[in-house]
Amino acid sequence: MTTTAPDARTYEAVFDATVAADERIEPRDWMPDAYRASLVRQIAQHAHSEIIGMQPEANWITRAPSLRRKAILMAKVQDEAGHGLYLYSAAETLGTGRDELLDKLHSGRQKYSSIFNYPTLTWADVGAIGWLVDGAAITNQVPLCRCSYGPYARAMVRICKEESFHQRQGYELLLTLSRGTEAQHAMAQDAVDRWWWPSLMMFGPPDDESAHSAQSMAWKIKRHSNDELRQRFVDICVPQAESLGLALPDPGLRWNEERGHHDFGAIDWDEFHEVLRGNGPCNEERISRRRQAHEEGAWVREAAAAHARKHGGTPGEARA
Amino acid sequence: MTSADWPLWEVFVRSRRGLSHTHAGSLHAPDAAMALRNARDLYTRRSEGVSIWVVPSADITASSPDEKDPFFEPAADKPYRHPTFYDIPEGVRHL
Amino acid sequence: MNPTPASTQAPARASVPAAPPGAALALGDDALVLSHRLGEWAGHAPVLEEEVALANIALDLLGQARFLLSLVGDEDELAYLREERAFRNVQLVEQPNGDFAHTIARQLYFSTYQELLYGQLTAGDGPFAPLAAKAVKEVAYHRDHAEHWTLRLGDGTEESHRRMQTALDALWRFTGELFDPLDRLDVDVSALRDGWLALITRTVGQATLTLPTGPQSGAWTAGAGRQGIHTEPFGRMLAEMQHLHRSHPGATW
Repeated sequence: MTTTAPDARTYEAVFDATVAADERIEPRDWMPDAYRASLVRQIAQHAHSEIIGMQPEANWITRAPSLRRKAILMAKVQDEAGHGLYLYSAAETLGTGRDELLDKLHSGRQKYSSIFNYPTLTWADVGAIGWLVDGAAITNQVPLCRCSYGPYARAMVRICKEESFHQRQGYELLLTLSRGTEAQHAMAQDAVDRWWWPSLMMFGPPDDESAHSAQSMAWKIKRHSNDELRQRFVDICVPQAESLGLALPDPGLRWNEERGHHDFGAIDWDEFHEVLRGNGPCNEERISRRRQAHEEGAWVREAAAAHARKHGGTPGEARA
Repeated sequence: MTSADWPLWEVFVRSRRGLSHTHAGSLHAPDAAMALRNARDLYTRRSEGVSIWVVPSADITASSPDEKDPFFEPAADKPYRHPTFYDIPEGVRHL
Repeated sequence: MNPTPASTQAPARASVPAAPPGAALALGDDALVLSHRLGEWAGHAPVLEEEVALANIALDLLGQARFLLSLVGDEDELAYLREERAFRNVQLVEQPNGDFAHTIARQLYFSTYQELLYGQLTAGDGPFAPLAAKAVKEVAYHRDHAEHWTLRLGDGTEESHRRMQTALDALWRFTGELFDPLDRLDVDVSALRDGWLALITRTVGQATLTLPTGPQSGAWTAGAGRQGIHTEPFGRMLAEMQHLHRSHPGATW
């Protein structure tokens, strides 16, 4: 083929036009370095959140109080591993290997959602995570299905489809507790009291303090602002909490006729920043558990790699 | 690459009979047999597939470093490849 | 914790079947306990892909357990309100996960047995036939998973070879019990032993490992699990599994 290579300006123009036309950028397209870096950062953080997020819930698998709940919880935690894999796979299309990303997670150079630094103290926390944490995540993620980067958008479509059961099972779990014995109801209320505010923090700092927001919006990696999504989430949760028969722990929460939205109290951003800085209740545990699993698994990964080298990669038994 | 690094595999899933395999994503596995099994667990755990292919990512040859350009432009000037290029008198069927 | 209203008190212990006989309970307990052990891997697997694989196996087993226990009574009463001595699972499945090699050895021994057994059960038209038809495909996959890992660990690195051999040896003495006859089952379980041994011998050989030579049961362990004699770690496993359920007698979850 004898076409002359277009210069960088032409490439950039094509990139801009593609994004402007709401088309997807694909892995082998030219893209600005900062776009690539921003995506890697966001997708990696998202992937890390999925696999660190397994821990607080896995904490209850062995204690699930009925076999039905146990099956649901195992399937959910398994999905989270799967979602982590979809996302690492999307990140790899940008030229960053999973090992490198895991290294950065293990050494604290990349973050995961701070929400998973809170402990699951009772069984009801499993319900609160499903309803509030997954609910917040879904509110964040649905717009990402239209993200400008193709592999990320496709991973999100798959994830959102699979996650629809996650939030429902949490809600159903809490509803059962709320309508159960007095002790169960109290357990449910206590969990909602502890998870409500951290869930609101999941949307990130207010728009005027959000470091990456503006550029991400311009690139259509992000579609709505943090505050916009947070408001949407609050408006969704208020009637859901009423149906649950549980209170949301915010005396300032009330319907504002003029805005057509619920007003809500001030978020404790000091807490948010403290947890982000590593001073949350479980930051240490989460990372050291992850690192431990990785280190203890090293001999297994090495064994399989050594076996493949000895046996020439073992051809698949069935060729297409 | 350390000795424990497993290569990357691309996964293609036939979602049901009559359809072709479609790219589903990728995963890491030490060898093809394990890649197939991992793919089954990961990409078809909700019965999304009846058949799976796995291909080492490194073995895929892509059309051009820049997918948009030269390879695909030429096709755009050959509209006669597409059935809608032809006018067929009304009433002519099975064509 | 608030007091529980009297109306929701747990059923009297006497209404819980103390130790209902029968194969359904034995096989149901096998699946329940092994599923629980595999569930303990969540978040600890050596590689993410294996998180998904182990969870799949655990979920298959839990599904089998629920079907089987439901043949006997209420699945949750049976799982959560029986004492250790009333469980009828073999001791093999209750053994702690150990390292990945131990888990794979346990899987290899047990899934090979389970596949042979369910293969027989599909042939009959007893109460297990509907389950067996589905489960035999599941456990064939479990066996395949275990075999592939046995090959890779056995014929991988020196360290993995050593670990895999240690695991096979350590769990060997729990394998004899698999072939004890099961109450009310029209399958000659003891006749499965030869087929099982042939399959295990083949895989172990391919994996450059050595078939353990010791006895397949100890003085204490022969047939013990099926009669409600378990190993010490099992009591702790049950304590964890049953604690929440038992803390709220009569509650619905």
